[in-house]
Order: sequence, then structure tokens, then C-alpha cells
Amino acid sequence: MAEEVKLTSKELLNQLTAKHYQGALEAKAEGKPVVWATSICPDELLAAMDLTTVYPENHAAAIGARKEAMTFIEHAEGRGYSSDICSYARVNMGYVDIKHAEAQDIPMPDLIFSSTNICHTVLKWYENIAKELHIPLILFDMPFNHTYDVSDNCTKYIRGQLENAISQLEDFTGRKMDYDKLAQKMDMNNATCQWWKKATDWGKVKPSPLNGFDMFNYMAMIVCMRNSEDGHKLFKLWYEELKQKAEEGKGPWNSAEEQYRIIWDGIACWPHLSTTFKTLKKYGINMVTSTYPSSWYKVYETNDLDGMAKAYTGNYANRNLNYGEDLISGLIKDFGVEGVVFHSNRSCKLMDFRCYEVQRRITDKMGVPSVIFDGDQTDPRVFSEAQFETRIQALVEMMEKNKELKRRGDL
Amino acid sequence: MYKDTIEKLTAAGLNPGKTIAETKKETGKDLVGVFPIRTPEEVVYAAGCVPIGMWGGHTEITLADKYLQSFCCSIMRINLEYALRGVYHDVKAVLIPTFCDTMKCIVENWKLALPQVPTIAFAYPQHHKLQAGMEFTIDEIKRVKHELELALHKIITNEEVEEAFHVYEDWRKTMREFTALAAQHPEIITAKKRYAIIKAGCYMDKAVYTKLVKEINEGLKSEGPSTFKGTRAIVTGIMMEPVDVLDIFEENNIAIVGDDLAIGSRLWRTPAREDVEDVYQKMAYMIRDIEGDTFFFDPEKKKGQMLIDMTKALHADACIVMMMKFCDPEEYDYPIYKAELAKAGVPELYLEFDQQLSSFEQIRTRVQSFTEMLV
Repeated sequence: MAEEVKLTSKELLNQLTAKHYQGALEAKAEGKPVVWATSICPDELLAAMDLTTVYPENHAAAIGARKEAMTFIEHAEGRGYSSDICSYARVNMGYVDIKHAEAQDIPMPDLIFSSTNICHTVLKWYENIAKELHIPLILFDMPFNHTYDVSDNCTKYIRGQLENAISQLEDFTGRKMDYDKLAQKMDMNNATCQWWKKATDWGKVKPSPLNGFDMFNYMAMIVCMRNSEDGHKLFKLWYEELKQKAEEGKGPWNSAEEQYRIIWDGIACWPHLSTTFKTLKKYGINMVTSTYPSSWYKVYETNDLDGMAKAYTGNYANRNLNYGEDLISGLIKDFGVEGVVFHSNRSCKLMDFRCYEVQRRITDKMGVPSVIFDGDQTDPRVFSEAQFETRIQALVEMMEKNKELKRRGDL
Repeated sequence: MYKDTIEKLTAAGLNPGKTIAETKKETGKDLVGVFPIRTPEEVVYAAGCVPIGMWGGHTEITLADKYLQSFCCSIMRINLEYALRGVYHDVKAVLIPTFCDTMKCIVENWKLALPQVPTIAFAYPQHHKLQAGMEFTIDEIKRVKHELELALHKIITNEEVEEAFHVYEDWRKTMREFTALAAQHPEIITAKKRYAIIKAGCYMDKAVYTKLVKEINEGLKSEGPSTFKGTRAIVTGIMMEPVDVLDIFEENNIAIVGDDLAIGSRLWRTPAREDVEDVYQKMAYMIRDIEGDTFFFDPEKKKGQMLIDMTKALHADACIVMMMKFCDPEEYDYPIYKAELAKAGVPELYLEFDQQLSSFEQIRTRVQSFTEMLV
């Protein structure tokens, strides 16, 4: 028996990404149904039904990073989609018609599985695709939590939807839900989420062995592999690598030292990933965390549908300002954060229209400086390199001033 | 003379501030602000208050920039601007549903912009047809009622909610009749009058308002055949503002004979179930029975066919799309029904606007060209 070659987590990430997409394309070719799902949805239900699933947000991000988004965006806008709606949606709408991307192909869906805990946008986006492709849509409506905690009313409503979704899946597949298998998938989901959190928690160490832009890449897998052996293996391996780096005192990069530790709030600017990364690195700025580690920390008691409902509706984007303030303040404290970069992302109104107030609150409460820059997750037209760098320079000045005050013992 | 009533309500709809002040003076009731869309006004009315529609306005934005970027729906920006200016300091509470991503954020910012007035946030279920969704509607309406009781320091009885529901059912029925009669007499109920009369209802006690609309309906019934020779259009969108757009329609002899507007037929086209006793069940069924509404889950996307059917039923010549800029839900619906209208041969005019719009020449030219094309 040949000795197993030990892969790095990055190699494994690339291998699993290829396997994920290849598997989906093959499933479609074999006549098996394919599901399109949103990035934070109770897809344990799909896995328990052995349904092949792809995630258009991941796909749109990959197209954006490959600088290919405009082909699809222009097509969607040509069909009447406003340039003001989410660019992931515009990319995906364009892809439904064009059906080929150099970055990556995905099979067309036979079922949509959409959850509004990330935004209301996905409701409208997938309504349209379901209508155009004449396919069923399973929706999870997770009302915005305007109170600090998730209310019992919402939990009950979402639980009802989970039960309804199970019967919809049974109708779709013609098979009964295997509840033992669902429990296994829930177990696996919980375990993988734990490793995701433990891995990203290495950002707390100074210097952080975690380079936050790597986290953007690994994020694609926590989206699609929470309940699989592969995902579990990947995040455990990533954790072990980061642990080793931390124990060796290694920082995020080999070629530079971490000077400043920040939170990046919001999605990456995929078409300008390299520019944003290099600009930050040039100033020694490492993104040590964000609101994302907790967004995919979907841990609940196995077989507890109420717990599942609460976990899935409880992510940052679906929570009120007080919760957001506490979450970010906690991250600042726990990760030794010195500054915050807010991405005013033209695609994401849900994040944007709260960020001014979040910024004010964390400045008042934590004394941490921050800047806001204009960008977009996939539409390359919105971002300005010059504006980004100017804002980052301003942040560096403010962070440096704080460092100086700390050195003098005045802060 | 019912035509005086038409003029009275038209003026009331075009001057919200004055109308609200008169409502307060004439009824002596407290005012409760209700955000778009479909807020359960019956509960507010049952509390002995007048629900006042909060549909933005036409003003410069300066203060709201503290909370919102410029690419935000103008209704929401202007509401927040007014709150920060103190325009709403007199209302006893404000109800805000979270129908879209923008409104979720508005709820949060509103609590800060108007801290002295209780904000009552709530959600309607997108799964409005599911049993779990209907139960959620009832839970939410009862919670809103409870929070209103706390804000107003008074108990709202179920009997009062039932009575209020009857007042609102009468209003809905009257408005269905009004829009049908208005479609028969565009020479009397012009585009601007139609919209202003409807909008006046957002700022008046519904019982008082309904009585006046009934007068108009009776007057219209007594009229002979219509002499209108212009373009008959239906309209879809949130609202028809700034009202300058309505002047442009009138200049071009365009009448609005049917609508799918958030300030309009979406509010009253779904009748209540007569076979349901409990008032909260009735309210939940009314939400359940909604079809083809931009703001409720509709995987079949029925809006396009509904617009086509409306065009045919009302012998309309075209469909006008009043697209509220930065309104995601409306913007998502458009490409789907645009294609359906084109396939059905219904001419469509797309006009994008926001409430702050001040230059109308481009719109004027487009409306002129469109009417010429129809001829």
C-alpha cells in the first residue's frame, strides 16, 4: 500500500474545491438532481437526502476573483437587472443564461434552497431563478432579529419551516428522510464548525499565524462542507497548521511582519483581492478576524430542530445593532484588534446601512480607530484603489498614534 | 357636490403635513406613525389612534447621511431625515415592518433617530401561506398590539380590534369600488387626482375618509358615459412621486385606470375571508391570501400575469413602471414581468425615480415619445 502523501491544508483546500465542483458536474451528467443553496442555510437536510449541492455565492466570488464578473453582470443588466442590486445575484443571473465561466462551471439547478438569514435579497434572487428554470424553491424565511435575542415566535416559525422543508424534500426526492443520517450530518456539522472556530481563533495570538485573507479562501469550504468528512478533515488540518505556526512564533506572512491587527468588516472585494491584500500587507496590516467566524459557527444539539432554527437565524447579519456592537467589541478585545476596516459594499445594503452606527459605537466604546471604503464584492467598477490606499494610510496614522499613546502609558 | 369632495381629498393627498394637522385637530385622537407597507393599522385604530402613513416626502437630505449611504431608498432616507428634524416628535409610537434589507437597518437606526418615541418593529412571514406562517402573523400582530398598549398606556380589547377591522374592511371595499369607478371616468378622476385621493387616506381617520370616498363613488355612478379619449394606462410600483410626474401624465393625456402600487390597490385588493370568525385569523388569512405582491414570497411570480390580466380587463393601452430607485424587491421583479409584458404585447414604459428628483425634462420627453408611439 502506497504511503499517503501528506497535503498542506491549502493543497487540500484546492483539491476539495476541485472535487466539490467536479462531483456536482458529474452528478448532473449522471442525471442526478442538483441543488443551489445559499451560503448559510440548514443544508444538513440536503446532505441527509444525499443531494448534490452547489453554492452560487461561492461561485460568483470565484468568478469575481478571476476578474470575469463583468461578462455576467453586463448580461444581467442587459436583461433589466438594476446595477444597484447585489452583484453576486447579477453574476449568477448572467451565468444562468451564459452557462460557462472560465473560472469554474457549475451545473444548472433542479431545486433551490434559500435562506433569508443572510439577506432578503436571496429571496427575490432565487424566486426569479426558480421561475425562469421552472424548478421548485425551498425557502427559509428567517425574520430579522430586531430584539437582542432570537425570539420564541421566530424559533417556532422557523422550526415549522424546517419541518415543511423536510416534507418538500421528501416530495422532491420521492424518498423518506433518514433521520439517523440527518443526526449524523448534524453531528458532523457541529464538529466541523468547532474546528472552524478553533482554527480562526488562532488569530488571537500575537503575531497572528492566521492571515485573514486566507480565511476568505477557507470560508468557501465552511459554506459548502460543514457536514462532510472532507470539511471536517480540512479545518482540523488548518487548525493544526496554525497551532504549529503559533507555537513557532510565526506570523501571517513569511516576507513581512505583522505590525497592525485589524478587523475587516464585510465581504472581500473579490475582483480587487490582490490589491486590497497587498495594500494592507505593505503597511504590515493583518486582518486577524471578522464577523465571519461566528457566522458559520452553527452549533446546536443534534436532533434539536428548535436549536437548529435558532442557530441558523442567529448570525451577525440577522441581528440588531446592539448585538453587532457587542460582537465586534468582543472581537476587538479578544483578538487584540487595533483598527477596523468597514467595507461599504454596494451589493450589501443589510451590512451597509448599519455600519456608520457600528463604527461610531466601537469608536466610543473601544477607542479603536476605523475607516470606511467604497467597494463591491464582485462588481469591479465600484472600487477605487486610490481611495482604498488613502483610507488605509489614515487608519495607519490613527493606529500608530494609539500605539504611541500606549507606549507612553497615556492609553 | 361630490366634485368638491374630489378637490378636497386631492388637496389633502397633496399636502400631507396640513392634512395630518387637521386630522389631529378634528378627531382629537393621538397619532401613530406607520411605515410602509401594509402595517396592521387596524390595531392602531383599535387603540383609538389615527395611523399616519410615513411615505417620505420631497426634501433635501442632510441629517440622515449620519446613518445611511446615498444608495438607499429615498422613502427611508427622508423618513429618517424627518425624524432627525423633529417632524415626528408628536407621534405616540412608530410601527416599522422589516420587509427588505433596508428596512431591517432602518428599524435599528430609527430607534436612535427618534429615541423618545417607541419603535415597534415587526415582520410578516414570507411563508404567508404555511400554517407556521399564519401562526407567526397572529403572534406578531398580538405582539404589536401588546407593545402599543405599553406605548399608549391603555388596554386594546379584542372587540376594539374587531370594530377597527370592520372600519378597514369597509375602507378596502370602498377603495375597490373607487378604483373601478375611476377607471370608467378618467375625464373626472385624472391621474393626479386618483393618486392624491388615494394618498389622502394615509393621513386621515379611515372612517372619515371612507365616508368621503363613498360620496365620490356615488357621484361617479351618476355620471353618463365617459368622454375620455386619451391613453389608458395601468401602473406598477411603490408610489407615483414626485407628483410632478403626474402633471406630465396629464399633459400627455394619460389616465391611470388600474394600479399595482404599494400606495394603492395592493392595500385593498385582497378581500377578507367571510368564513373566518376570529379577527386575528382574519388578518392572518388576509396576509395568506395575498398574491403577486413584490413584498411577499411568490415563487410563481404571478405579478406579470396579473398586470397582463389587469391591462386586458381595464382595456388599458400600456403599463407604466414607476421604479423606486434602490428598492431591491421591486428591481428584482422587473426583468421577469418586463419579459412577460413584452411577450403578451403590452407596451411598457419604465420610469426610474426617487422622491428627491427635481428635474423632470428627461421623464417628460420619454412620456411624450411613449404616447406618440402608442398612437
